[in-house]
Amino acid sequence: MRKTKEEKILSALFIVPSIVLVLVFVYGFIAWTGWVSLTNWRDVFPDFTYVGLRNYIELFQNLRFQIDFKNILVFTVLFLFSCIVIGLFLAILLDRKIRFENVFRSLYLFPMAVSFIVTGVVWRWLLNPGTEATGPIGINMILEQIGLGFLKSRWYTDPNIGIKAVVIAAVWQMSGYVMAMYLAGIRGIPNELSEAAQVDGASIWQIYRYVVLPLLRPITLGAVIILTHISLKIFDLVVSMTGAGIGFSCDVPALFMYDTTFRGNFFAQGAGIATILLISIAILIIPYLRYSLKTGG
Amino acid sequence: MQRLNRALLYFALIVFAIFYLLPVYVLLTTSLKNFAEVNLRSMWKLPQSMSLDSFKMAWGGNPLKGLKGLSQNFMNSIYLVVPATIISSLLGSMNGYVFTKWRFRYSDTIFSMIIFGMFIPYQSVLIPMVVVLQKIGLYGSIPGLIFVHCVYGIPITTLIFRNYYATVPTEILEAAKIDGAGFLGIYRRIILPVSMPGFAVVMIWQFTSIWNDFLFGLVVAQKPGIQPITVALNNLAGSYFVEWNIQMAGALLTAIPPLLLYIFLGRYFMRGLLAGSLSGV
Repeated sequence: MRKTKEEKILSALFIVPSIVLVLVFVYGFIAWTGWVSLTNWRDVFPDFTYVGLRNYIELFQNLRFQIDFKNILVFTVLFLFSCIVIGLFLAILLDRKIRFENVFRSLYLFPMAVSFIVTGVVWRWLLNPGTEATGPIGINMILEQIGLGFLKSRWYTDPNIGIKAVVIAAVWQMSGYVMAMYLAGIRGIPNELSEAAQVDGASIWQIYRYVVLPLLRPITLGAVIILTHISLKIFDLVVSMTGAGIGFSCDVPALFMYDTTFRGNFFAQGAGIATILLISIAILIIPYLRYSLKTGG
Repeated sequence: MQRLNRALLYFALIVFAIFYLLPVYVLLTTSLKNFAEVNLRSMWKLPQSMSLDSFKMAWGGNPLKGLKGLSQNFMNSIYLVVPATIISSLLGSMNGYVFTKWRFRYSDTIFSMIIFGMFIPYQSVLIPMVVVLQKIGLYGSIPGLIFVHCVYGIPITTLIFRNYYATVPTEILEAAKIDGAGFLGIYRRIILPVSMPGFAVVMIWQFTSIWNDFLFGLVVAQKPGIQPITVALNNLAGSYFVEWNIQMAGALLTAIPPLLLYIFLGRYFMRGLLAGSLSGV
């Protein structure tokens, strides 16, 4: 719309406060954190002596950080894979003209509404292997009773499993979200396409395989991006469910960042971890943002 | 064959429903058991008799044992969530209005710069945030928490409102302009009256994410007296002397407000979710 001078001023008054806040609190703070990561700030009192990349070099030599790095990779791969497989599977099932579709959909999606802290507190008990005195409890007890006793496990208390047990809780919380994304995607595909395929004699599964799935590619891309960025910064769930675990077997970079910064007062190292996290997420998000803003108009 | 397929389909759906409901079952049954009945070995059994003792303890605490209940923290979360939700939604609506109807030079670039803010790991702003909040005297206070939630809520609220207002035909606005309405007049008389569904989506989204936030609460509110409920629940669950039925009751108390919104206004919740995935951009 053409604007008068007054309208220009008013529209600036509407939007400039938000722009300034975002510039300062997002971009300014990111730059500030980046700068702190290049300094010698190692205790309560700020020390802004420039030390170059020393903190980063130390980090990559740090055993805890190396474990975290491996943990977050394992976590991300398992979490992504499970959420996408389960989400797509449930969306396809729900698309088959199901009675009480609404009820099922709401049941699959409700964990999204709950805090990661609640999820962590509950799953810590569900995946608690129990002690000698109590015998198997939680999920182990159920497995035993339905004849799947061989699947019993020490879950997150076993250093070889560690973070993989946290994946179960994370999938419980987020797979419904992926289901909702896929279901919206499937419903957005014009009926004519699958009807035409049906006329040509394609079976239901062929329709899904050759018509629906290829059209869902943008949704899969979106799900991968969203889940990966949630996964890379995972913190709440780990804190409330397991903590760093035995030998850091459940530890993640965000938890290390919190510990070293706010408990250890090693601010420069915390800033370094935060910057590494930010860069890995930015590499993922910026191309995706450009792509979605362009295609969405 | 067809029949068998349908049966298998429902079987799979029900198995998954059980998986999603398991934690709810444990939460509900455990927190409804009385203390005598709480036993790890019988954690899957239904309660013999209903008892609200666990809730009373989780809510009010037990001075004899030095257990602090969650009531204060529940209220802290309310005091924090309500203003932060309202302010950040209003900001989003104002921004969305300008970004769709009063576009300016570089407005698309600035818009994407704002949206990027919703994906950043907040770890990368925490250190300066603590320093600045201390400088301006808001550190360790509920107003400080409200402030940070408003600021970091701007990206998502702006995104949702921009998408929403993009569906309001610009011709209506131009007609109103010819009739003499200005920037504010159009906002008040045309945009705001059609905004209610948009506000419902944004406010439910913001309420849920601020209520469920843990990191800001943990870092900004260090004193137990002002901690939001998620932080207090984590402390409650982390101390070994708190019985697990109290922990479950506390978890349920923490989950109830967003769950109520989800149950009664799920439609809007869904739209916020899909907006957050950018699939509606």
